[in-house]
Amino acid sequence: MSEESPNERVVGIDLGTTNSLVAYMEGSQPVVIPGVDGSNLVPSIVALDPVDPENPRPTVTVGNSARRALIENPERAIYSVKRLMGRGLEDVQDELKLFPFHLAEDIEAGEVLRIRLGDKTFTPSEISAYILRQLKRNAERYFGAPITKAVITVPAYFNDAQRQATRDAGRMAGLDVLRLVNEPTAAALAYGLDREKEGVIAVYDLGGGTFDISILKLNDGIFEVIATNGDTHLGGDDIDNLLLAVALDEIRNEHGLDLRQRADAGASAIQALRKAVIEAKITLSSEPSAKLDIELPGGDRYQREIPRDVYEQLIQPVLSRTAAPCKQALADAGVTPDQINEVVLVGGSTRIPAVRALVDEIFQLTARGKHPHTELNPDEVVALGAAVQASILAGSSTTTEELLLLDVTPLSLGIEALGGVVAKIIQRNSTIPASAVEHFTTGVEGQTNVAIHVLQGERELASDCRSLARFDLKGIPPMPAGLPRIEVKFLIDANGILQVSAREQRSGTESQIEVKPTYGLTDEQVEGMILDSFDNAEADFEARQLIEARLEADTILSAVAKAPTNPAWQQISEHEKAAIEAARQHLIATKPGGDLQAIRAATTTLDHATRNFAEKMMEAAVSGAMRGKTMQTASEELTPVADEAEIHAPHPFARAEFK
Amino acid sequence: MSVSSTSTICWSCGEALSSPLLCPSCGKVQPPSLADYFQVFSLPRKLSIDVAALEREFHRLSRRLHPDRFARATAEEQQWSLAATALLNDAYRTLRDPIQRTEYLLKLEGLEIGEEHAGKGKSADRQPPADLLEEVFDLNMQLEEMRMNRKIGEDDPALQADLTKARTRFEMLLAEVDTSLQSEGNRWDEGDEAARTKAASAMAALLDRRRYLRNLVRDVSEALSA
Repeated sequence: MSEESPNERVVGIDLGTTNSLVAYMEGSQPVVIPGVDGSNLVPSIVALDPVDPENPRPTVTVGNSARRALIENPERAIYSVKRLMGRGLEDVQDELKLFPFHLAEDIEAGEVLRIRLGDKTFTPSEISAYILRQLKRNAERYFGAPITKAVITVPAYFNDAQRQATRDAGRMAGLDVLRLVNEPTAAALAYGLDREKEGVIAVYDLGGGTFDISILKLNDGIFEVIATNGDTHLGGDDIDNLLLAVALDEIRNEHGLDLRQRADAGASAIQALRKAVIEAKITLSSEPSAKLDIELPGGDRYQREIPRDVYEQLIQPVLSRTAAPCKQALADAGVTPDQINEVVLVGGSTRIPAVRALVDEIFQLTARGKHPHTELNPDEVVALGAAVQASILAGSSTTTEELLLLDVTPLSLGIEALGGVVAKIIQRNSTIPASAVEHFTTGVEGQTNVAIHVLQGERELASDCRSLARFDLKGIPPMPAGLPRIEVKFLIDANGILQVSAREQRSGTESQIEVKPTYGLTDEQVEGMILDSFDNAEADFEARQLIEARLEADTILSAVAKAPTNPAWQQISEHEKAAIEAARQHLIATKPGGDLQAIRAATTTLDHATRNFAEKMMEAAVSGAMRGKTMQTASEELTPVADEAEIHAPHPFARAEFK
Repeated sequence: MSVSSTSTICWSCGEALSSPLLCPSCGKVQPPSLADYFQVFSLPRKLSIDVAALEREFHRLSRRLHPDRFARATAEEQQWSLAATALLNDAYRTLRDPIQRTEYLLKLEGLEIGEEHAGKGKSADRQPPADLLEEVFDLNMQLEEMRMNRKIGEDDPALQADLTKARTRFEMLLAEVDTSLQSEGNRWDEGDEAARTKAASAMAALLDRRRYLRNLVRDVSEALSA
């Protein structure tokens, strides 16, 4: 901790359900660091690469490059893994019906989930670690220096287990996570930077898979959260699933084709259809209607025009689920909607006009002559805020010197008392760090340990709250029943994560505590999952960058080598083919040399030369999947996808209306 | 971490400490403190507090103590900052609310205050105040009737009106309790030793009554809105 260089860079990371980003404070402005492909957003998609017999360690593809695998090899790819972070088998039954998550078969209740990709299994934290490692590499590429410290954002309404799972993911990716910051609070920081604002603001954050509402008081650089609420399983994903379910039902009813029941090609076709409905959703944010026109397996076409009013009625039930948390947060903050000076919109789903209308209504904006803040890109604002917080922690910028975030815990902390009721010891919306001290004693003569069950949630009964952990206070000196007096201190730190310590007061002995997180990994397990990493020492960094650059070159070279066998190859011009060949030869020649920048430049050139071809191939993959074919050769094993069978949605409207 | 300080001298610069969390001379965070919430804010143990001034002091101390300010400090100082900020936050949360402030002060004075916890308080705390016995008995009958009606889907407007009236009455009693608490609080702040002792036990009783009335109002509201 002490030998670190004073100006070591700390990056801010938004680990999102749909997209992830890394940002950094450049001078007095936060900026997003683009990836190799020039894009600021890294889609949170991870695909397991085909296993190389010479290298038994699994390798993965992350981001845009993994999109194709999602359609071609859905059983080797995963998206929206954030929904599974810190959750147990019994929590995710609803998600399993809506998402093509393939869980390992042997998971028991109370165990950390494991997801099957190909023939390997990964915990949600490991998959998130792959995304984080990609962001880390993007930043290292950008700076030409190692990055080991980060601030990572989480939904404000994340519970202790979800936060721990996120922190574990950071560690596995080789990052020292200096702080977990709540997403809406980060967004407020990004907005509050260049304005000397005072007053009460609300941040409405509807992302890909989570919803948060936070009410903050801004006062002379202090961002004090006064209440927060939300739903960690509500977002754009739910709209996609709804549209997808309607389309699948219509295809079944009109074309007699039940894609849900078609294990192999069905999964690919569903992913292709999902891509199409997402595009329609995006179109509907700016156009009065959107068209779906998709070739089905067997040659039929599924054609629909979706007018915006039909779409809006369809998604209303999803959107209106954000209203209750907003009202609760206002009530907890002790303010009325007209006392909110400003509303900030965050998350891609706030581009939907119906969402804006809902926000306007809840906070009476138009009625008060106000508009919500949307100046910063809603996909990027959280990462930008994370960069601001990173700069606060690093003490690296005078712009952020006077800023301070005071956040709260979103859920009450309690312990299970007699009769299974919960005794609340730290109320929700308490400013963190927060602590509480409780005293326990024994019930039987000579008893040497006491079990404590810690929960999070607002309900009265322990069985309705989220079990966080069971603690065993051990090593209590044997005494008559009721005589020991054990003081247990519960402390929620600035990350919103619980720490516990205990002491037996009569004998003065420090009780030993064994923490059994209900859905967490032990330190040893996390150690075992740390991703293959090179030494982070500066001396090795150059070597590592060179190795990575060569790996990037190999990846693209092997893809290009296979290109002529792809039907899409016939669709590009001879001129393009010649350009690709020239770029390929140049990269082959450059790769063995030690010039990092030259290898990168040659890789980028080849990537650009093949861009049109890659797009053609992607289109072919989509329509190929729809025709019931996959791009894979027949020898490639396709695992049947049983979990896929159940995707159903409520049908608020007759299908005739969805034309 | 077993170092607890009641020390009056800064560990770093050796100057005298006027605040238990932070050295006024060198600005260093101090080891975990046994200070009570009033001491955290350098306030006398009194119930009348200027809440706006309390907030300003909370912000001032937060700027100096918060873990965000210690991300590059030694592990020990990080731990102290965490403990000091938790204490500061707990103190601010308690003192800014007049009821919690009163409960806390009475506990410091060694009085038994009924616990809020569902687990601990339920049975003992459910004892109605003597002067309200009859009213509460009637009310509980009505509440039971209301719940039965709900169950079979019936609506009884007269009963609803009675319950709404009862709620208004109990809310009024609640407001009376708050007024009494206020004047006993003033007696505590200004009185001599004997007056203080008397005020303290009066406030303890008022808090019990208040808690009982509040639960009652909550039950009626739940029954009416169910």
